[in-house]
Amino acid sequence: MADSTSARKQMKVSDEVAVQITKMNKWYGTFHVLRDIDLTVRRGERIVIAGPSGSGKSTLIRCINRLEEHQSGQIIVDGTELTNDIKNIDKVRSEVGMVFQHFNLFPHLTILENLTLAPIWVRKIPKREAEETAMYFLKKVKIPEQANKYPGQLSGGQQQRVAIARSLCMKPRIMLFDEPTSALDPEMIKEVLDTMIELAEEGMTMLCVTHEMGFARQVANRVIFMDQGQIVEQNEPEEFFLNPKSERTKLFLSQILGH
Amino acid sequence: MTDSSDRSIAFARETMLPAREPPVSQRGIVRWMRENLFSSPMNTILTLLGLGLIFLTIRAALPWFINGVWNANSLAECRAIIAERAGPDASGACWAMIRERWHQFTFGFYPPDQYWRPILAFGLLFAAIAPVLFAGQKRNLMVVIAGVAAFLLVTLYLASTPLLAFVFAAALVIVLAVLSQTQPGKLMWFTVLYPALTFYLLWGGSIWEPVTAMFGFVIIAVTYRLLVERIGVAVSSAIGVVLAMLWWLFIDAHVADALASALPLALPKVNSDQFGGFLLAVTIGVTAIACSLPMGILLALGRRSDMLLIKTLSVGFIEFIRGVPLITLLFTASLLLQYFLPPNTNFDLILRVIILVTLFAAAYIAEVIRGGLAALPRGQYEAADSLGLDYWRAQRLIIMPQALKIAIPGIVSTFIGLFKDTTLVAFVGLLDPLKGVTQIVRADINWKGIYWEPYIFVGVIFFVICFGMSRYSMSLERRLKRDHR
Ligand SMILES: Nc1ncnc2c1ncn2[C@@H]1O[C@H](COP(=O)(O)OP(=O)(O)OP(=O)(O)O)[C@@H](O)[C@H]1O
Ligand SMILES: [Mg+2]
Repeated sequence: MADSTSARKQMKVSDEVAVQITKMNKWYGTFHVLRDIDLTVRRGERIVIAGPSGSGKSTLIRCINRLEEHQSGQIIVDGTELTNDIKNIDKVRSEVGMVFQHFNLFPHLTILENLTLAPIWVRKIPKREAEETAMYFLKKVKIPEQANKYPGQLSGGQQQRVAIARSLCMKPRIMLFDEPTSALDPEMIKEVLDTMIELAEEGMTMLCVTHEMGFARQVANRVIFMDQGQIVEQNEPEEFFLNPKSERTKLFLSQILGH
Repeated sequence: MTDSSDRSIAFARETMLPAREPPVSQRGIVRWMRENLFSSPMNTILTLLGLGLIFLTIRAALPWFINGVWNANSLAECRAIIAERAGPDASGACWAMIRERWHQFTFGFYPPDQYWRPILAFGLLFAAIAPVLFAGQKRNLMVVIAGVAAFLLVTLYLASTPLLAFVFAAALVIVLAVLSQTQPGKLMWFTVLYPALTFYLLWGGSIWEPVTAMFGFVIIAVTYRLLVERIGVAVSSAIGVVLAMLWWLFIDAHVADALASALPLALPKVNSDQFGGFLLAVTIGVTAIACSLPMGILLALGRRSDMLLIKTLSVGFIEFIRGVPLITLLFTASLLLQYFLPPNTNFDLILRVIILVTLFAAAYIAEVIRGGLAALPRGQYEAADSLGLDYWRAQRLIIMPQALKIAIPGIVSTFIGLFKDTTLVAFVGLLDPLKGVTQIVRADINWKGIYWEPYIFVGVIFFVICFGMSRYSMSLERRLKRDHR
């Protein structure tokens, strides 16, 4: 069983590089949040980023679509380097989807409008076509019947699935998830994880910050452990959980797995 | 629970209890009075005191209203009639003054044979703002336009409008009515053209002046359209504004003259010093309201901008305007502005006042909107960014609709304040309804000594207008309330 899943995981990863981060550093004022980050993500890879609170996980993935600015080093997303050039930033952002901990749906628009807004205004897709795509993805996340409601009328789990569908409507090549399940009640976590697993099985390139270790085991090719702004350890999930190498990783795993 | 007397804690209900009415003391008016008027001895005393006060006020004021006289030619005549009817000691209102002078309260010294022009402009005002207030709601649009048609039919007839103007008005209203039902989106074009039409109607003169002035805006729009893809929003709109400025300063007047001599379509000119009363208040108020909102939005965005120059300019402007009393700005309009402008430009006083009232209101609106912007969670900006929306689209589609909604009560308060502040133009010699017109009425030998009636009359009209604005804002808030659970 374990062999077959890992074999399946291997198959979908290509050699093409999706995200290339080299010697990247970031400071908040004088506080050094990210230190010498080196990371290569290949197309089709599913990476889970774990680590204690304040270790810089969110900051790292927010740098990938330039919600945060890095001060030194290089980030290349899909062949486009992130610099101050607004054109490049908008290009990268329209290729990279992001799902937030607090969903961040637009409360003044219906679910359908939430989904079609960016395709219509950024991709310049005709409204009719954008709505068809939106309905397709709403069906995929299993809530097509909510299309004409407002976000405030949906449960947390439904809102998060809408948020995932909203990103998918832009047909992104990479998806970033920042703790997508940690604002949810336990019974809703599963429905969101199922959606993410399905996405992973279709070969989407994904970077997920999450503490859902079951999810990591099931879909990740690689788990990255961060602490104090650095990548401390990375490995395949089986190895990572069974044979952690660094002391920090062992401590962290004992805290979140055993009690 | 009756049979569970054997101290067992196990219990299962077999029949569900039906819902029952609350006791009488908990229902309807009785309950309301107990909760709100007589909930404690202290509240009971206050309620009784309040009732007593209301009674005394009504007893003192009611006879004055009831004894009111509508038919008389002077205050003395009024008093004689009241004394004859209600006894020598009775007091009464002399509404006859309003009957005789209502046109001055409404139009100031606007030439009476031209009254149809402001009336037409006023009626069309509603047709022009309807598409903004009720975007796409065909039924409401129809109601408004039908109301406009009825109003114009009656008032234009009473004002003995020239036939040609009457036909023009009728045709225009019919076109608007048809448009509102077939292509409601197109009604916006009338809203865009309305300022020029109104300028022409109110001040008269050659029709080509407002037309060529509007052309300046066309220049801005065309420049923007042509350049925006290549050089971005900010630069292309700046170039558009510069070109329009050149047009207005150096070319506009010549073209207007040339067209006027070729095809003179002119109404008799009415000077600004003939404007007065509510005509003046509404002209200043509506223009300033319409212009201050977009300006306030830009200032609020400027204040939150990352660009130091824009931020500093916005903050400086807002703080300066808010730190100065409106009257100071009005004096600036009437005296100082003339020194700064090139010699021989005869810049209309009302226009100058409108500009400064607009700037004044814009500063307040900017702060109100900034409050709305600050209330939006950061996540909204981040979500918009992460979808690849650029700054202006994110503002227009995501940020502003939410920020403006939050700011509605503040915006409407500012507008109501602005509308009432238009009476301050009395200080620069314009004929506002409250002080200006009332003074003129009281200077008349026939109405010398009249005191309450004009103020009550003007007060009531202001109240009706402001109350209307306030109700609209409340209904708008209700309509937009969406993020409730
Ligand atoms: N805007 C900011 N200004 C200053 N410091 C910040 C800012 N945002 C984050 N930080 C700091 O940077 C560090 C890393 O933050 P980050 O949000 O990336 O942590 P995280 O690993 O995502 O933690 P968590 O698991 O709690 O979400 C933290 O110490 C945080 O206090
Ligand atoms: Mg985080």
